[in-house]
Amino acid sequence: MTDAAAGSLRPDGAPRSARPVRARPRRALRRTLPGLLAARLAGAVFVLWAVATITFFAIRLIPGDPAEAILGGPGSQTSPEALAAVRARYGLDQPVVVQYLAQLGRLATGDLGRSYALRQDVAPLLVGQLGGTLLLAALALVVAWLFALVLATWSTRGGRFAWYLGSGLEIVAAALPHFWLATALIVLFSVWLGWLPPISTPGPAGLVLPVLTLAVPLAGFLGQIMRESLLTALESPFVLSARARGEGDRGVRWIHALRHASLPAISLSGWAFGSLISGAVVVETIFARPGLGRTMLNAVTVRDVPVVIGVVMIVAVGYILMTVVTDLAQWIADPRLRRR
Amino acid sequence: MSQGTGPAARRAAVTPTLVSMLRVRDLAVGFGGQPGTDPVVAGVSFDIAPGECLALVGESGSGKSVTARSLIGLAGDDAWLQAAELEINGSDVLGLSDAQWRRRRGRDVGLVLQDALVSLDPLRPIGREIADSLRLHTTLDRAARRTRVQEVLERVGLPDGRTRVRQRSGELSGGQRQRALIASAIALDPPLLLIDEPTTALDVTVQAQILDLLESLKRHGTAILLISHDLAVVGRIADRIAVMSAGRIVERGPAARLLASPKHEQTRRMIAAIPIDKPRGTRLSSPEGRADAPASAPASASAPAPAEVVLEASGLVKTFRRPDGSEQRAVDGVSFRLLRGTTLGLVGESGSGKTTTARLLLALSRPDAGEVRVLGRPFSAVTERQRRRLRPELGAIYQDALSSFDPRLSVDAVLRDAVRGARHAARQAGNAARDRARVLELLDQVSLPATLLSRRPLSLSGGQRQRVGIARALASEPQILVCDEPVSSLDVTVQAQVLDLLDELQRERGLSLLLISHDLGVIQHASDQVAVMLDGTIVETGDTAQVFTAPRHPYTQSLLAAVPRLG
Repeated sequence: MTDAAAGSLRPDGAPRSARPVRARPRRALRRTLPGLLAARLAGAVFVLWAVATITFFAIRLIPGDPAEAILGGPGSQTSPEALAAVRARYGLDQPVVVQYLAQLGRLATGDLGRSYALRQDVAPLLVGQLGGTLLLAALALVVAWLFALVLATWSTRGGRFAWYLGSGLEIVAAALPHFWLATALIVLFSVWLGWLPPISTPGPAGLVLPVLTLAVPLAGFLGQIMRESLLTALESPFVLSARARGEGDRGVRWIHALRHASLPAISLSGWAFGSLISGAVVVETIFARPGLGRTMLNAVTVRDVPVVIGVVMIVAVGYILMTVVTDLAQWIADPRLRRR
Repeated sequence: MSQGTGPAARRAAVTPTLVSMLRVRDLAVGFGGQPGTDPVVAGVSFDIAPGECLALVGESGSGKSVTARSLIGLAGDDAWLQAAELEINGSDVLGLSDAQWRRRRGRDVGLVLQDALVSLDPLRPIGREIADSLRLHTTLDRAARRTRVQEVLERVGLPDGRTRVRQRSGELSGGQRQRALIASAIALDPPLLLIDEPTTALDVTVQAQILDLLESLKRHGTAILLISHDLAVVGRIADRIAVMSAGRIVERGPAARLLASPKHEQTRRMIAAIPIDKPRGTRLSSPEGRADAPASAPASASAPAPAEVVLEASGLVKTFRRPDGSEQRAVDGVSFRLLRGTTLGLVGESGSGKTTTARLLLALSRPDAGEVRVLGRPFSAVTERQRRRLRPELGAIYQDALSSFDPRLSVDAVLRDAVRGARHAARQAGNAARDRARVLELLDQVSLPATLLSRRPLSLSGGQRQRVGIARALASEPQILVCDEPVSSLDVTVQAQVLDLLDELQRERGLSLLLISHDLGVIQHASDQVAVMLDGTIVETGDTAQVFTAPRHPYTQSLLAAVPRLG
């Protein structure tokens, strides 16, 4: 993934007539759309396998007997017969390799197992939670982009004062921790102003504060990147050429500069989406909002292994999909990545 | 031209008696501060008639680009402008609002910048860039605009428009994209065109084609203001020349007269700096600081002994893979010998494999076949550990001095680094005081004052940077210098100083130089032997005089025919 990002950030548009022999196959492949998608798909299978393998073995490092956790956790009075029965039922008496392969086989068919604590199948449980979290993360990403665009555009056009104010706001925003921002927003909008509910009620009003909590720090981060690149673009000779053809300020920004300015921000958005999902753990807990993040937190506290694995797998899939989307967006925004 | 509204027709419609397309009187421009204080351009007056080309010539920083940008209202946000008169196409443009300027830009006056790679939006197809002024100034619909774009492309000599319009500047060759940039400025056929260094960084043959294109625009009736630092280039198409220095026009006159009998010191300096047809060993710059340097007598003349080969390339091959997977032989069987105390000029156009050859010579990349020998010992075919003992004998000077320095290091730090590196290579114990003395010595060798030591590369002028680059290359007291386009990003006058410096150093220290350049003038002036490169092979070698007076290979002949000369 980092490799694709580095390619897109290449500052020059120099004709790439030749490059050393070693780098050939992947470069050539990435220059067509099907090639790009095929490369991503192959990568995705590998990443999912790696994630499943690492989680499977990492969980075995957690001290304690999984059978005990299934029966209500350590300290509960369990008979050796009950433990043996549970081990047999969940296959825990099999050799590790057999358990690992069985796990892979189940994952390959989309079976995420059964929750120890909730006594339900994990897949439908998580799918039910997925929508809320995705909506939260996607809205936060969109709002962050809007904030960043507005801030970057305004601060590069409003003179010295706007520049310093803009960059100051961005640094502060980027540094805000989610838990603090959430609390501050609740105090401001729910306690003092009484405009919005302090916990996430169903409906649009309940979404505002969680989305803002996630969006503001990300907007600060994206805005910093966008403003620098916007300024570089505005000072470049092609903008002077455009002005010399009679293009106005707005045209220069919309047709030329913003497109250049958004390239680095696009390539970071895949990463940003991942960070939004992890931010969702905090935000969903604070706003008592159902979702993947809260489910994950609960599952970790009671060592509900199948749920944890399930969440990790779903987040991995989401991350991969987002990377593909980012790649496509770059492919559209930066024609230099395409094959001539 | 297919449409019947050329500038000539339009001019007739406006004012039949119009003699001046651009009229400038007492123009002054400055940045920041009160209008009228600290101008960077002052007292500039000139006229350009339809179909006439006025060249504004000067060194960088002389105010010529600022002048051109002021004439299209784009001097900058913090710029102030004053003038007694400023008229374009018969109407006053002093004090126009930004909206009024926007209506004129692209329609009444066009601007062509240098370096089309970055002067056209690298993310947009050139068709869109060219259609921009049509979109902004006319009511033509998309289809009509497309037709016009095709016509303009044909006019600038880029036929095959249907596929061209979808290409971006990065996908075109240097000459093609310069044509596309010109096309974007003349889409509406503005009667006045401001052109800023249109051929800088272009190969000679391409440069000649672009000059031909400008010539045809002139014949068509367009008034052209041509900005350049190179008198040899403007001599080809300018009717009149105005020489700028420190923001003022110091001399002006018909091109032929001015080039033949320059009166002002600045003009003489610029003419003297042109290297072509100046014999090897003659100074191009007026001596500064080093009055003791002998004025003539090339070193090679005083060394009749059978010359020793110091650098030898035999059968070098280097293959690259193109993005689409096909192979390209960037260097294809290159062999030559550099003799002690002489200069071998390697000349060729961009893409001919010159820089790849330089990298092979410096063992920065490994040849697929062939061998490099330094001072008779194997260089490319041994391990880096073995090579390290020979490395101090080879110094390297690069085209873009700026990017070859760490921008955070001061000149002092750059040179101390090099001095220390050389000392380690020679396995000498050293101390800070001796290093310091050596740094000062190096600075003196390249005629830079010690006051520059604390400066950082960004705050140096182009010529100073290249001198620091040369000082760095000299730190290990090399016998051979590989110079890859050492002067191609410099003004002609600065180029002259750097070439003179290299010449002096060669004479004083018996250096052997491999000089790589696309500029035949530089090669002719500064080389004893010449090798002409084309598509990765050397097509002709020989003594400089012989190659330049009686070129055998057709490619060399075509290169020489394209070189701009005075008179």
